Amino acid sequence: MNAHLKMDKPDDRNRLDDMAQGLLGTAMDRPEGPLKVTGTATYAHEAHQPGMLHGVLVRATIARGTLDGVEAAAVEKMPGVRKVMWGDKFLRNPAQGTANKAPVQGSSEIYYIGQPVALVVADSFEAARHGAQSLELRMTAGTAVPDAKADGVAVERPEKKQSSMGDLKAAMQDAAFTVDQRYTTPGHNSAPMEPHSAIAWWDGDQLTLHASNQMLKYNVNEVADSLGIDPENVHLLAPYVGGGFGSKLGISPDAVAAALAAKELGVPVSVMLTRQQVFENVMRRSETAQDFQLAADKDGVLRGIGHTARVSQLPDESFAEPVTQATPFLYKGENRETHMEIVRVNQTCAGSVRAPGEAVGLTALEIAMDELAVATGIDPVELRKRNIPDRSPGEDKPFSSHKLAEALDDGAAIFGWADRKKGATDGEWLIGYGMSSAARVNMIGESHARVTLNPDGTLLIETDMTDIGTGTYAILTQIAGEMLGVPQDRIETRLGDSKLPKSAGSGGSWGASSAGSSVYMACEKLRQTIAAKLNCDEGDLTLKDGTATFANKQTPLTDLVGDAPMVVEGAIEPGKTQKDFRQATFGSFFCEVGVNSVTGEVRLRRMHGSFAAGRILNAKTARSQCLGGMTFGIGMALTEELIQDTRDGHLVNHDLAEYHIPVNADVPQLSVNFIAERDPYANPMQAKGIGELGICGAGAAIINAIYDATGVRVRDLPATMDKILPGLPDV
Amino acid sequence: MKPFDYIRADSTTHATRAAGQGANFIAGGTNLLDLMKLEVMAPHKLVDINRLDLHQITEVDGGLRIGALVSNSDLAADMTVRKQYPVLSEALLAGASGQLRNKATTGGNLLQRTRCYYFYDTAMPCNKREPGTGCQAMEGATRLHAILGTSDACIASHPSDMAVAMRLLDAVVEIESAGGAVRSVPLSEFYRLPGQTPHIETVLEPSDLIIAVTLPAPAKGAQTYRKVRDRASYAFAMVSVAARVQMDEGTITDAALAFGGIGSQPWRNPAVEKALIGQKPSPELFAKAADILLADAKPQKDNAFKVPLTRRTLIATLKELCGKDAA
Ligand SMILES: Cc1cc2nc3c(=O)[nH]c(=O)nc-3n(C[C@H](O)[C@H](O)[C@H](O)COP(=O)(O)OP(=O)(O)OC[C@H]3O[C@@H](n4cnc5c(N)ncnc54)[C@H](O)[C@@H]3O)c2cc1C
Ligand code: SF4
Repeated sequence: MNAHLKMDKPDDRNRLDDMAQGLLGTAMDRPEGPLKVTGTATYAHEAHQPGMLHGVLVRATIARGTLDGVEAAAVEKMPGVRKVMWGDKFLRNPAQGTANKAPVQGSSEIYYIGQPVALVVADSFEAARHGAQSLELRMTAGTAVPDAKADGVAVERPEKKQSSMGDLKAAMQDAAFTVDQRYTTPGHNSAPMEPHSAIAWWDGDQLTLHASNQMLKYNVNEVADSLGIDPENVHLLAPYVGGGFGSKLGISPDAVAAALAAKELGVPVSVMLTRQQVFENVMRRSETAQDFQLAADKDGVLRGIGHTARVSQLPDESFAEPVTQATPFLYKGENRETHMEIVRVNQTCAGSVRAPGEAVGLTALEIAMDELAVATGIDPVELRKRNIPDRSPGEDKPFSSHKLAEALDDGAAIFGWADRKKGATDGEWLIGYGMSSAARVNMIGESHARVTLNPDGTLLIETDMTDIGTGTYAILTQIAGEMLGVPQDRIETRLGDSKLPKSAGSGGSWGASSAGSSVYMACEKLRQTIAAKLNCDEGDLTLKDGTATFANKQTPLTDLVGDAPMVVEGAIEPGKTQKDFRQATFGSFFCEVGVNSVTGEVRLRRMHGSFAAGRILNAKTARSQCLGGMTFGIGMALTEELIQDTRDGHLVNHDLAEYHIPVNADVPQLSVNFIAERDPYANPMQAKGIGELGICGAGAAIINAIYDATGVRVRDLPATMDKILPGLPDV
Repeated sequence: MKPFDYIRADSTTHATRAAGQGANFIAGGTNLLDLMKLEVMAPHKLVDINRLDLHQITEVDGGLRIGALVSNSDLAADMTVRKQYPVLSEALLAGASGQLRNKATTGGNLLQRTRCYYFYDTAMPCNKREPGTGCQAMEGATRLHAILGTSDACIASHPSDMAVAMRLLDAVVEIESAGGAVRSVPLSEFYRLPGQTPHIETVLEPSDLIIAVTLPAPAKGAQTYRKVRDRASYAFAMVSVAARVQMDEGTITDAALAFGGIGSQPWRNPAVEKALIGQKPSPELFAKAADILLADAKPQKDNAFKVPLTRRTLIATLKELCGKDAA
């Protein structure tokens, strides 16, 4: 049986609200949680195979040029070393999200310092690493562009990424209040806890890869295309993924290198990136330079917005950080300019890092909005409310559902925004308060799942969807349990196997809605089948704790299934509701910071986020996503910065000692509240994405609070002490 | 990691005899192992000293003798240290993380290498790692780097917090060399300025083993350790100030100051202290002290902020220790 839905019409039946199991939306523990906390969940590098060898990648040490040869013989003589490999199939960089084909390949052209150009395979990881460190590369240096900010760099302005509406220049001239500023954000790395790794083995022409990936449907094709084999012959397994944040959307160089070596040597080969390689080989978020122009009338209502963003990228990569993504729809203004500029550099590939676009674009916009609030003297919450549009102004589309005003009011009330004191101090610490809006585009991708109701009343859910630490195992279990009235302990969810029905994968905050909807569709069909057996309408059927109830008559599910399992493949695919409506999630952030008046050190004291993301599927995992997003926001505002040496483009701080993600002491008590919302245009569950919303704009609240505390406006992130010091009073 | 021989020493004589050119002692390993994995250090032999009887803290001559293998956690928690040398306890607790401090030892902490990014990357020229290759940090990324005591061959900073407090406390390093001779070197003479030989960081000879650090009897006055860093924990100092000030009837009768994060070694400048002693605290006096300290500062582009930062932190620390009279 099949059940397929193309989302062409809104679904406002809110069917999940009629269900009886009481499992969905609760803070149910993750079913796989015990495996993870006891160290028994097998992450990519842990599925050791008999006779497995270890490979370590070798980095190029020039920014541009050619690799003319490698001194393989010397290394192959080293104890434990089996093979040195390089060649035209090595990946220059990971595949971009949903690329579905191989990225640029080949060892002989070098494009950045850190490019993995060779592999040393040995009996042990240690021997392989020593071999890799000892391998001499014969390289000829070419001319590199190491510094995206150098004077006179060539700038691309792709036509498709420019848009104009009305007359912004005139609007700026006529405006009662304007903001005209440049904001800059540095590069970021997602630094997931689990390094990118893969174990490959071949059975004839069948390749099995145990890897750490977010989107198996695409990853299979990327592997196949890279190796020049039929996708049918690739079996990808990623049952547990130790964090991705976009860095595992596409396959990374380890996977292809492992497959090549396993083929060559005829045994399983594992390749794991070292932490330094995760920084150098895997996607960085591009640094951005963003020029904002805001033109407001005397009431603070925007008449115009200009947003020009410059990002950097390797040659021949199509991805450009979509910095301006939220600008067209967030605030009013009939005169608009949005422009994207791309500089080609010889640096680590730029790609998706949690919430590409809004993470940095909205952060800059929300700092600019704070500057407008200061200029107009209007409370920043009120200013934002005055600027909420009825339709998406830059796209001329209606909104599917819009809860920004509610999120602003809710956040302000919970935080106690109205009670904040101007000029408060705590010893040496200057106290300040700041807020910002949150917004992130919402979407689904085509997704399939198989749901099996067994004769013994147990349920099996199967899809190639991944759980990257987000809670997919939990929410799919809950959706099916709720729809079919089956308790959690009778449900098994299997994920992360490319032989299972193809899902959208985890990424762009679409995983839960897409994979969840496919499970929902299958379950709805199963409900109809059960109803038919009871001769009733599906709508009149109550399923709870393994029992079907209709007209006061109770029948155990086991009696209804019969001898053969009932199997349905459900599918969802985006349709008109995605194209014709602006779907987005919204929220608000409020925070209190302390700025040390002697040193300029900033410490966050408390932070709250209120979010509207449609139906909440699991209260605990949803909250955790928001906490994690806000923590990324803290890092963006205060500490995180990829330092690139402008002389050769190499990543200077490529480890967790010097790339400063926030540690526990940097993260005070955070609170999260969800606004009730059902978005009928999103999908039949009325749920929306939540994985990225918590970071979008979060950093701006902190930057704005620093201004409130000190009068220092930081426009170049992160707000490290050196940027605040010059504005502090003498000691 | 380059293959190496491993020897577990069962006595200090065994340890010093087994060591020598190209060998390294391993204590907590929290710095050495990281550097070996990256092949920044590639000893052919490791002499494990963890079984040696160097784990005691004992009171001697009114002072304290700290075995070289006392962990940073144990030292920070020691009651005598907390009562008599609080600056040391504060400095230790401001360093690294709980896990690292459990492993890190007193001897290893003194000898931890710089965190200069280029030192850590074997593809980069670095005079400290490979003498004569050049200093890639110069004109590069230098947020972590020193502004005092540098040379045109190396601008690296010494990263330790503990050593800054020990410098303040006039600690003395007890060293046993091959053959069993033991000598004592004041910490003030233990480190060497980089000059043209930044790879030679201390007066230790290849087989020399630190067996203890001794602290003289506690000096009078209020002590504090203030560390300024880029995140609330688990980050090296941008600047740190260890200070002790003794006041009598509104006059500074004794003062000691040591600094971290800004020097090529744990930094102390007697002229700064001399300028304070015998004076009444005042903003002008503190400013003068800062002027003396920073007179020879040679900042790079990225770490120029350390000059005003050090100045402000020093003044605030002195204000705090001198009490209300300073206002
Ligand atoms: C991520 C990170 C953050 C850190 N943050 C800080 C910080 O904020 N502040 C701070 O002060 N430190 C910090 N540290 C450094 C830490 O304090 C040192 O790594 C630790 O003190 C070293 O001690 P160990 O016993 O592990 O030394 P080891 O790594 O064992 O040895 C270090 C060196 O000392 C030599 N050695 C050890 N013992 C002796 C001896 N008895 N005699 C002669 N030679 C000896 C070894 O041969 C080696 O060369 C950090 C470290 C890390 C990894
Ligand atoms: S500062 Fe010193 S350690 Fe750093 S690169 Fe230069 S010589 Fe090497």
